[in-house]
Amino acid sequence: MATTTTNTTALASQSWYKRNEIAVTPWLFLIPGIAMFALYVIIPIFQSFYLSLFEWDGLGSLAKNGEYVGLEHYERLFTKDRAFNISLWNNLKWLVFYLLAIPGGLMVALFLNQKVFGIRLYKSLFFFPFVISQIVVGLVFTWFYDPQFGLSNWLIGLVGLPPINILGNPNTATYGIIAAGLWPQTAYCMILYLTGLNAVDPEQVEAARLDGAKGHKMLWYIIIPQLKPATFIAFVVTIIGALRSFDLISIMTNGGPFGSTRVLSFYMFEKSLSEYGFKMGYGAAIAVVLFLIMLVFIAYFLWSMYQDEKAAKH
Amino acid sequence: MFPTPIEKSSRQWQIGYQVLLPIVMLLWLAPLLAVALFSIRPDVDFTVGNYWGLPSSFEMLANYGQVFNSAMPKYILNSFIITVPTVIGAVALSCMTGFALGVYRFKGNLLIFFMFIAGNFIPFQILMVPVRDLTLDMGLYNTKTGLILFHVAFQTGFCTLFMRNFIRALPFELIEAARVEGIAEWRIFWYIVLPLMKPAIAALSVLIFTFIWNDYFWAIVLTTGENAQPVTAGITSFNAQFRAMYHLMSAGSIIAALPPVAMFFLMQKHFIAGLTLGAVK
Repeated sequence: MATTTTNTTALASQSWYKRNEIAVTPWLFLIPGIAMFALYVIIPIFQSFYLSLFEWDGLGSLAKNGEYVGLEHYERLFTKDRAFNISLWNNLKWLVFYLLAIPGGLMVALFLNQKVFGIRLYKSLFFFPFVISQIVVGLVFTWFYDPQFGLSNWLIGLVGLPPINILGNPNTATYGIIAAGLWPQTAYCMILYLTGLNAVDPEQVEAARLDGAKGHKMLWYIIIPQLKPATFIAFVVTIIGALRSFDLISIMTNGGPFGSTRVLSFYMFEKSLSEYGFKMGYGAAIAVVLFLIMLVFIAYFLWSMYQDEKAAKH
Repeated sequence: MFPTPIEKSSRQWQIGYQVLLPIVMLLWLAPLLAVALFSIRPDVDFTVGNYWGLPSSFEMLANYGQVFNSAMPKYILNSFIITVPTVIGAVALSCMTGFALGVYRFKGNLLIFFMFIAGNFIPFQILMVPVRDLTLDMGLYNTKTGLILFHVAFQTGFCTLFMRNFIRALPFELIEAARVEGIAEWRIFWYIVLPLMKPAIAALSVLIFTFIWNDYFWAIVLTTGENAQPVTAGITSFNAQFRAMYHLMSAGSIIAALPPVAMFFLMQKHFIAGLTLGAVK
């Protein structure tokens, strides 16, 4: 008790900062980060919502040159805009097929999870495509698909089939781009699973082996449940990647042929900053739709993380 | 270990596996190897249609030399000038936010943390018009500074997620002991926590370097010319200049891809630790 009293008197004579140090310090450390993040990320989200209610070509200020149109842009998007429809469907295709990276990555990881000479180098080389920028991946695959000299048609030719122009055909172009995107994404999932496989409890595996579990049964009932954290991250990054797809489309087809490979992120860019005139308000409305789709996933991710946080506290 | 270690399987499968490995790897990297092959071919090979045979002569030096005589070195320099300050800025900011959110308990802690995470997941397009306007208003449109400021701010989200989780895993007794000794909070940060964060700083630096180097979207939204554009955006104008000269375009692409690749091979362990968000140990 005696020490507490002396402490209080000592505290009273100290400066305000010293007395409140533990309460104040975190905020001092947070201010620069929060300020930057608010300025460039949080506030712009709300600005985009607001902007989507206006007709504005980006010249002058929104207050002076913008014309308030209410929800008209959204109405137009969902009732009259065919390009928007195509983009939305393509986004769905991306979401579904991009997820193939997860089982694909798991398969490659299982294949490479051995201890033989040089395996480390093999693992790095398999991971290689993820490190390269999507622009280069896009270029590489554009040439790979080239109907004249592409390696893909050379391979098709070996089987005796006529060459096909994957990126030139509106029915196949999007799938061609997704396949290109799967290349680095599978590599990413592979590395997540390789790390996850390292952490699999060897005792459980041995115990299951003694019980006669083998092959795919072992994989399904013993290994995959233990890989849950890796699968969660793979799921998060793949969904985000699918909805963010822009670079590959821009470099491989530029939205064509006949606008068949547009997705929302690309269509938004085209509307706001293309040579056909700057339709900032309309573009913002497209971005808001994309954002709302993403929000469903973000809410789910945050909810899962919140559950983990709660579990960690107890 | 799963699958069953190869040493425990039959002799045939062991040999089979060793043979299969390089074949699968070559198939996996085939698109890239094709480009590497293109980049050492002479011009004539493309006109006579010799795409997949042996090159009629090896023009590696000539092709790559020509790339270095274009605007390419300028773009690459721009990329470095944009990437390095971004890495420093984002890592510095997130060391601080991560420390604040990882060590202190206060109202709104989790809310702020989740705000950073959520912001990091959003589609870029929702930020595009306002950020472009903001950059124009600050007079930083088409400058490297404008691009750096945005990247620092945006990457702080991801970095905070990473740093905060890393700091959470540190032994909290260290900080408590320091407090009992009466050490000031900022000194605890500087002398106790920061030195322990070295692995996290290394991991994030490598990762952010790669992210920013490979950024294309913001490069074309916030910059236009060769004075400010990084190599990802530059390569498209390079390709427009050398249209259908596949040997030069290939060489250019390879050079553009090289720095993050080098970074990855040099700092592999850190890179992978960063990618798994430190969540999968």
